Amino acid sequence: MAYLKIDHVGISFQRAGATTEVLRDVNLSIEKGEYVSIIGHSGCGKSTVLNIVAGLLPPSQGGVLLEGRAVEGPGPDRAVVFQNHSLLPWLTVRENVELAVNKVFRGRKSKAERRDWTRHNLELVHMAHAENKRPHEISGGMKQRVGIARALAMEPKILLLDEPFGALDALTRAHLQDQVMEIHSRLGNTIIMITHDVDEAVLLSDRIVMMTNGPAATIGEDMHVALERPRRRLELVGNSTYNDARAAVLEFLYARHRAPTLAA
Amino acid sequence: MVHSARVLALPNPKIPAPTRQTALHPLVPKPVSVLSRVVRLGTSVATQVAPPVLTIALLLLLWQMLASSPTSALPSPLKVIDDSWEIIVDPFKVGNGIDQGLFWHVSASLIRVGYGYILAAIVGIGFGVLLGQSTLAMRGLDPVFQVLRTIPPLAWLPLSLAAFRDGQPSAIFVIFITSVWPILINTSVGIRNIPQDYRNVAKVLRLSPIEFFTRIMVPATVPHMFTGLRIGIGLSWLAIVAAEMLIGGVGIGFFIWDAWNSSLISDIIVALVYVGVVGFLLDRSIAAIGHLLTRGTAAQ
Repeated sequence: MAYLKIDHVGISFQRAGATTEVLRDVNLSIEKGEYVSIIGHSGCGKSTVLNIVAGLLPPSQGGVLLEGRAVEGPGPDRAVVFQNHSLLPWLTVRENVELAVNKVFRGRKSKAERRDWTRHNLELVHMAHAENKRPHEISGGMKQRVGIARALAMEPKILLLDEPFGALDALTRAHLQDQVMEIHSRLGNTIIMITHDVDEAVLLSDRIVMMTNGPAATIGEDMHVALERPRRRLELVGNSTYNDARAAVLEFLYARHRAPTLAA
Repeated sequence: MVHSARVLALPNPKIPAPTRQTALHPLVPKPVSVLSRVVRLGTSVATQVAPPVLTIALLLLLWQMLASSPTSALPSPLKVIDDSWEIIVDPFKVGNGIDQGLFWHVSASLIRVGYGYILAAIVGIGFGVLLGQSTLAMRGLDPVFQVLRTIPPLAWLPLSLAAFRDGQPSAIFVIFITSVWPILINTSVGIRNIPQDYRNVAKVLRLSPIEFFTRIMVPATVPHMFTGLRIGIGLSWLAIVAAEMLIGGVGIGFFIWDAWNSSLISDIIVALVYVGVVGFLLDRSIAAIGHLLTRGTAAQ
């Protein structure tokens, strides 16, 4: 029994009388502790998959099972790191994490324990120094780190990252990728990450799930990345496994499933 | 001879220059820092205060010139001061009936505005939340509100007089109905504009409806709410003067109407200055409260 099972999931949206089938027959099994990336061209519905796992969207067909139990609606056991951080601007960095901690651990941890846990998670992403700043006072990369801390602080069974580094510059992005890898190796989280960055997918993932183009998108290929951990980006430059994996994803995205808008 | 004189003349100005510099340098920091601070203060006062003062002075001068002719229908500023000296110097006068100082007229108006406005804020925010959260309520109520809000405030007065049979509640009702629409509409727009991301965060955290209201909806909506509250207070103050002209009694509106009936044009002008200044202060105080409550949330 897989830890997380996406079972024959399909979803259609109805707008102005017309029905658009976005996803058809998506099947995916993820083991505990696995880091799985979902990659595809923009508009293919990869974020929709994530939202279905998060419970923010109900699938039209099929369902999602987490530890054998059906997912019905969103919950802190499937914490999401949103693309644009979505920190609440009227709360400080600490209060943003605290909101989650207090909600999830009320009754289970004492007030002091909850405070320590908040602090611990901010330290994990190296943001404890800015705990009293408001989101508009810190950089985009820092905001995303706080977003990750907030998600980690919920102690989720599965962490859902929705293009978490998409809005960041290349250097900040690399730095954050390293931090996420480090956290993954320390805590052994199960992670699904949506991305459109091939290097990011190969560097971070145990498996790369490639999606075909919509409408009615589905999983085109599911590839294992046989790279030892810990991975260091500099050492991987000439690594043949890394390069082969990279080439396979590029081949899928640009030769076999070109973006329909770019094909013309 | 002429040539050599020229050649000599050239280096001459250069020689004193370095000595002047070396002589001044040690002196420069101390006196200039104090002096520059005074100068900076002076220039900031001059650039901030001088333009409005100058503008007002020029306008008064223009008014004085235009109204100085003996055939002028309106009094000049000097004549206003001369005519209305009594009410200018004694705003706290207590007399019989409506013969009160301007302070009492203004405060009577402010009390009416206060009742109507607070009522409007409660109802406006309440319905605003309902319309913002419920699409069904929006569909049902929005057309009604869109029609009602275009009705001019004073058009409500006869109806409210018929309903309440008394001036005081009628005036309060007019204030209420005038200021409720911007508060209601801005609140509902604010709630509709809560980013989907914040709603998703609330869903993932499984916030209860009450937690969602206090932790997300209120802070996200406060800036919009205060835009509505600020427009509302401005409209209330506009409406109260007109409403009081019709209902009579103590109040700045009826004071103006009474002065017109008694041909005391100078008193009207003094009253208008009061109305303007009080309206300005009302607007600023609501803006200040809003600023205080939204600190840190405006920037995103």
